[in-house]
Amino acid sequence: MRVALFATCLADQLFPEVAVASVRLLRHLGVDVDFPDRQTCCGQPAYNAGYHREASEIAVHHLEVFEGYDYVVLPSGSCGAMVKTHYPELLSEASKHYGRARDLAQRTFELTTFITEVLGRTEIGSNLRGLKVTYHDSCHALRFMRVSQAPRTLLKVAGAELIEAPDHDVCCGFGGLFSVKMPEISAAMARGKLEGIGASRASVLTSTDAGCLMQLQGSMHRAGLEIPVKHVSELLWQGIAGV
Amino acid sequence: MEITTRTFKSNSSRALADRELQTALKRATTAFVEKRAVALETLEDFEPLRSYCGAVKAHTLEYLDSYLEELIGSIEARGGQVHFAGDAAEVNRIVTDLAVARGVETVVKSKSMVSEEVGLNEALEEAGVTPIETDLGEYILQLDEDVPSHIIGPAVHKTKEQIVRLFHDKLGTALDADVPALTAAARRVLREGFLGADMGITGVNFAVADTGTIVLVENEGNIRISTSRPRIHLAIMGLEKVIPRIKDLPAFMTLLPRSATGQKASSYVSLITGPRRDGEPEGPEEFHLLIVDNGRSEVLADPKLRDALRCIRCGACLNACPVYQRVGGHAYGWVYSGPIGAVLDPGLLGLEATVNLPQASSLCGACGEVCPVKIPLPDLLIEHRKRAVEWGLTPRPERLALGAFAFLAGKPAVWETGTRLARRGAGLVAKDGFLVGEWLPVMRAWLRERDFPQPAAVSFRERWRRGLKDES
Repeated sequence: MRVALFATCLADQLFPEVAVASVRLLRHLGVDVDFPDRQTCCGQPAYNAGYHREASEIAVHHLEVFEGYDYVVLPSGSCGAMVKTHYPELLSEASKHYGRARDLAQRTFELTTFITEVLGRTEIGSNLRGLKVTYHDSCHALRFMRVSQAPRTLLKVAGAELIEAPDHDVCCGFGGLFSVKMPEISAAMARGKLEGIGASRASVLTSTDAGCLMQLQGSMHRAGLEIPVKHVSELLWQGIAGV
Repeated sequence: MEITTRTFKSNSSRALADRELQTALKRATTAFVEKRAVALETLEDFEPLRSYCGAVKAHTLEYLDSYLEELIGSIEARGGQVHFAGDAAEVNRIVTDLAVARGVETVVKSKSMVSEEVGLNEALEEAGVTPIETDLGEYILQLDEDVPSHIIGPAVHKTKEQIVRLFHDKLGTALDADVPALTAAARRVLREGFLGADMGITGVNFAVADTGTIVLVENEGNIRISTSRPRIHLAIMGLEKVIPRIKDLPAFMTLLPRSATGQKASSYVSLITGPRRDGEPEGPEEFHLLIVDNGRSEVLADPKLRDALRCIRCGACLNACPVYQRVGGHAYGWVYSGPIGAVLDPGLLGLEATVNLPQASSLCGACGEVCPVKIPLPDLLIEHRKRAVEWGLTPRPERLALGAFAFLAGKPAVWETGTRLARRGAGLVAKDGFLVGEWLPVMRAWLRERDFPQPAAVSFRERWRRGLKDES
C-alpha cells in the first residue's frame, strides 16, 4: 500500500508538528508513508474566493504530485473537502483532467477517517487517560467530509474524556480568506465560541483542522483564555509516544 | 425600502457594535435554532421529505410557464382575477389603481416580503390609501418607521425592552407593560383597522396550480381576518411560489412550520380558493392575485442561480448562519438577508450592487444543511464569487495576490523559497510565539481583534528532508 501524506500548507508552514505527528502515527500503524515534496497547496483559497482558473491550475499540479499513490492522507477536513468535492466540480467532465480528479477524490482521506475506515483501527495503542478534551468540529470535515465520529472514537478509545461544548459544530469564523476579507465578523464568530470552550473546563482544545485551531488559538490568546490547542494527530501521537 | 447592499461592511461594523441588537439577535436566533431542532427530532423522514420538496420545486421551475398558466386558469375558473407585474413600479401601479378604483381608504396588510421588496406601503400612502400592517412584528416596525430584518420574524432585531419603550411612546402603554399587555394594546388598534378596511393585502406561501388555491400560513389570525372581513382580498406573490398539485401540499406543510418557527403546525393555515360564492356567509366579494416578476425571470433563466427560486421563505438559513447571527438582517441592506439573501439579492439587484453579500460567508455549510428544499446555498455563494472575479468586480490587490499565489503553488521550488522568506519576515515581527506587526497593512485585518501564531522556524518539508524521512 503506497500512502502519500498531503501535509497541507498550514501544517507545513505554521504547524509542522501536526504533519510530523501524522507521519509517526501512520508509521506506528504499519503504514509506509511518503511525502512527495513537490506538493504545495490544494488551491482552496483561490477556489472559495471565486478564482477558478487559478484554482484549476493548482488542482492540476496537485493531481500530478499525487499520481500513483494508493491513498493520499491529510490532517485536514477542509483541504480534503477541496480535493474530494470541489476538484471534480472544478475540473468538470469536459476537462481532460476530470477522470484523474475523480480518481484522486476517491483515494484522498482525512487522517482519522483513514485510520478508522481504511485501516479499520480504533484501538491504536494511544493512552490519553485522564485528559479532558473538547473537540471542535471543522465545518468542512463535518458537513462536506462527514467526519464526526472517527476523531471522537479514536480519542475516546485512547481513554480521553471528551467534553462537548454546546456549540461544538458551529463555525469558528476562519473560512480562509473570509478571515481577512470580513475580519470583524470573522473575529466575532471566534469570540462566540470561547464561552463554550472555556465552560467545558477541558485541558486541551482539538480539531481535525489546523485552520480552525489557528483562529481559535489566536482569539483565545487575545482574550487571555489559556487553553492549549492541539491537532487531533498531535494528541493521538502524544498518547503513543508518551510526550 | 432604501437599498444599502453596497455598504455591507460598514453596516455590519455598526451592527457588531450595537449591544441591544446583539442581545436581540442572540435571543432570537438561539430560540429559532433550538425550536427547529426539537421540531425536527419528531420527523424521521426529514431527508427524503426535503429531497422530495426540493425536487417538486425544481420541477415546477423547469416548467414554470405552464404551471403559471394552469394556476391562472384555475383561479379565473373560481371567479378570481389575476394580474401580472413585471417590476416594482408596475406592482405599485396595479395595487393603487385597484384600491383607488374601488374607493378603498384603508388596507389591512399581512406580512409580505414581496410588498417590502417593491415599497408598496409608500406607494399606497402616496395614493391616499392608508396601509395598516397587521402582523405584530410588522406592526411594530410600522410604528417605528423601521424595516424588517428577518423573513419570519421581521422585528427580531428589536429587544422586548425597546418595544416596551416604543409602545409607551406611540400607544401610551405603561413602561413596565408585559407581553400580554403589549399585544392587547396592539390588538385594540388593529381590530379597528380590520373593521374599517375595505381591502386586505396578503402574501402567498404556496399557490396551487391544479386547484387555484392560495395557501397562507400564520400564527396570529391576522391573515384569517384580512382575507375574510374586507370586501376585497388581494394576494401578492413572486412568480416562484407556485406548486403543481394540492397533493404536494402536505409535504411542504410538514417542513415549512418546522423549519420556520419550530412548530409541528402553524396556528392558522388558510386555503383560499376564489372569492365568496353564492350562499357562502363570509369571504371577500373580490379576489385578486398579483403575480410579480421583478427580476425573477432573469434568475429563472440562469441555470446556475435558478435553484435559489426554490426558496419557501422559512428563514432557517438565516437562523443557522453564524454571520447572520452576528450582523442581523439590516446589514445585508435589502429585504432578503442571510444566506438566501446573499444568493438571491445579487440575482434580483445585480451583482455589482451586491458584490459583498456573497463574500459574507465562511462557507461553513450550515445553511445548505437546514434548507428544506435543498438549495445548494454554499455552491451558489461560490458561483457569485466566481462571477465577481470574471466580471472584474474584485479589488485589484486581491486579483494580483491570488494570481501570484496560483503561480507559486505550481512551482514547488519557488514556493519553498517564497514561503521560507515569508516565515523569516514574520519572525522579525513576532513575540512569545505570536505576531505583533499590527502596523503592517497585510496583518492589520487579522490582528485587530485576534492574534496570529508565529510561523514555524523550520517547515515540515525541511524536517522531512532533515531526518523524518528516514526515521523508523
